[in-house]
Amino acid sequence: MHADVVAAPLPELPLRPPAHRVHPRAVTWWRLRAAAGLLVLVVPTLALVILVGTAWTVALLAVTAAAGAAYVVGVPPWLYRIARWEVTDRAVYTLHGWLVREWRIAPISRVQTVDTQRGPLQQLLGLADVTVTTASARGAVRIRGLAADDAAELARVLTETTHATPGDAT
Amino acid sequence: MIDTSPINDVWRRLDPRMLVVGPLKNLLQLLPFAVVVLLTGRSSDLVQVWMAVGGAAVVVLAGVLRWRTTRYRITGDRVELRTGWLRRERRSVPRDRIRTVDLTASPLHRVFGLSVVRVGSASGTSGLDRSAQVDLDAVSTAEAEHLRQVLLDRASASAPTVERPATDIARLDWAWLRFAPLTFSSLAGIGAVVGAGFNLLFEAGIDPRDIGIVDDTARRVAAEPLWVGIGIAGAALLVVAVIGSTALFAERWSGYRLTREPDGSLRVRHGLLTTRSLSVSDERLRGAEVSEPLLLRAGRGAQARALSTGLREGGSGAIAPPAPRAEAHRVAGAALHADPTEATRTPLRRHPRAALRRRFTRAVLPAAALVAGAWLLDGWLLDTRAGFASLVLLPVAAWLAVDRYRSLGHALTARHLVTRLGGLRRRTVALQRDGVIGWTVRQSVFQRRAGVVTAEAVTAAGRGGYLVLDVAADDAVALADAVTPELLTPFLSDERHFRRTGSDESAARQDVPAPS
Repeated sequence: MHADVVAAPLPELPLRPPAHRVHPRAVTWWRLRAAAGLLVLVVPTLALVILVGTAWTVALLAVTAAAGAAYVVGVPPWLYRIARWEVTDRAVYTLHGWLVREWRIAPISRVQTVDTQRGPLQQLLGLADVTVTTASARGAVRIRGLAADDAAELARVLTETTHATPGDAT
Repeated sequence: MIDTSPINDVWRRLDPRMLVVGPLKNLLQLLPFAVVVLLTGRSSDLVQVWMAVGGAAVVVLAGVLRWRTTRYRITGDRVELRTGWLRRERRSVPRDRIRTVDLTASPLHRVFGLSVVRVGSASGTSGLDRSAQVDLDAVSTAEAEHLRQVLLDRASASAPTVERPATDIARLDWAWLRFAPLTFSSLAGIGAVVGAGFNLLFEAGIDPRDIGIVDDTARRVAAEPLWVGIGIAGAALLVVAVIGSTALFAERWSGYRLTREPDGSLRVRHGLLTTRSLSVSDERLRGAEVSEPLLLRAGRGAQARALSTGLREGGSGAIAPPAPRAEAHRVAGAALHADPTEATRTPLRRHPRAALRRRFTRAVLPAAALVAGAWLLDGWLLDTRAGFASLVLLPVAAWLAVDRYRSLGHALTARHLVTRLGGLRRRTVALQRDGVIGWTVRQSVFQRRAGVVTAEAVTAAGRGGYLVLDVAADDAVALADAVTPELLTPFLSDERHFRRTGSDESAARQDVPAPS
């Protein structure tokens, strides 16, 4: 565990990173998602090359494809090294993001709902997100890319914990 | 006679006077249309008359149906509303989730002695969906007042409270009318005046160009050089804006009175034609905000708002009209049961130099890009002085950056987290420490190099989160840890790292003087 912390670039914040990494298949999920996004960019550019065929369209295609490929190859593993989560009996704590890092902490006592989500790609890979909503419009904490079983179990435990906590969570 | 106790589990109808008011309101909205139809139609053309009569009949019928099908009841722990004939709707709000009760009476409602009751609550999920709100349009003003008291006063729901007088916090001072043109409502004022004017001309079937004076003036102005035309148009707009915004201010804020009710709730009443009354229960209040849009700030004015759960995100929550700055701070403090120097007016800690650099790059770079673009455009296409003129953007951007930096500040008082930011619209927010229900800390690549972060205190009230912009990373965590003591403690990195404070910071700990 400690080795993980050292291996990851230490964030410039006097908070230790959350304890758990997301599921390794999340890298594949983020890659596929990025590749789909890349396709959306490349296909019209390719069409432009075929229709217009001037030098600058070819250059545009080359640059788009190169940048996109670099993103698909480089960013998901980077994100995987950063993204972490932790749930204690008092709080939910996550760290996510590569260009803009985001630490989120929500106390269990203020949690109102716990949901799991699975997009089509996630279903393919057996992954799921867990979203913990508080009374605030801006306070939702999302744990992305857990194994589906773990996500369901986490949601169950969280729901039980929140039901055990009194108050109306505002 | 109306039963004076509304908590009896009985389904009740809206006030029978709504049988008149409902259709009348709709008819009044249709009136301009009806007038046009009747005026433009030839007298022999009975079809149009019948259309108007038919339309009116439908409207009346709809009003009757609405009254017949709308019922509400207040039980020991819920407020329930049933509406609709073809599409039935049932809305139910737990009474312990009720945050605000809002009474509104349009002139028409007032003539018939009715008020609309709007019950705001924090719903289970997002707090923003419509189901969190129950509208009773309308009940008698006496019943509305009674409902307001009963719904906000959870503790003594069964036993009515002893009548104690409400204490005054603030009343309108007509000298504040001078702030009216300095608010954004001056833009709305232009809209209102121009809209009303054109509507009137249109209804009367007059084309403005047919009026001799107008046509004459337009011709004369057109004959002058361009800048004269622009000047005259600008001056005219200014006059309209001042008149319009002053009128709007007077309509909205005359009779303004902010009171602390016997049950502890905060109540703001105002309005000349349409009277409004907003009550915020004390235990639902999470903080207060003093907002200073640039123009208002230049005029040494400010406006106080309440941050309460159950107020819509877009809803203003204004508890005072635009008023002198000291008054706005006083009202914000009074709402929180705190001295202003313990709330929005507390001395704030300045943010690090990196914050100033970041304000500069973020303001000046886009301005520089615009200037470069203008020069390029000039060189290629036009032979104007656009490039040269655009240079003025640079000092403006620099000034905005410095001003935004000077706005930045935060502090922690005994009961509140106070944070201030914004240039074009400066906001000072005092958030109750208990009202903070989580933290989000963000750090971009650039912030990382500058060693700063943006911390967001998450809350159920107002906009949902309030930023402490560009503070040193250590300070942000120390602040969050101080506001919510047990929350972050298990996640703090080791003591040595946490205690590390650079020399930069001791310099950053100077206090910013409170705005005078």
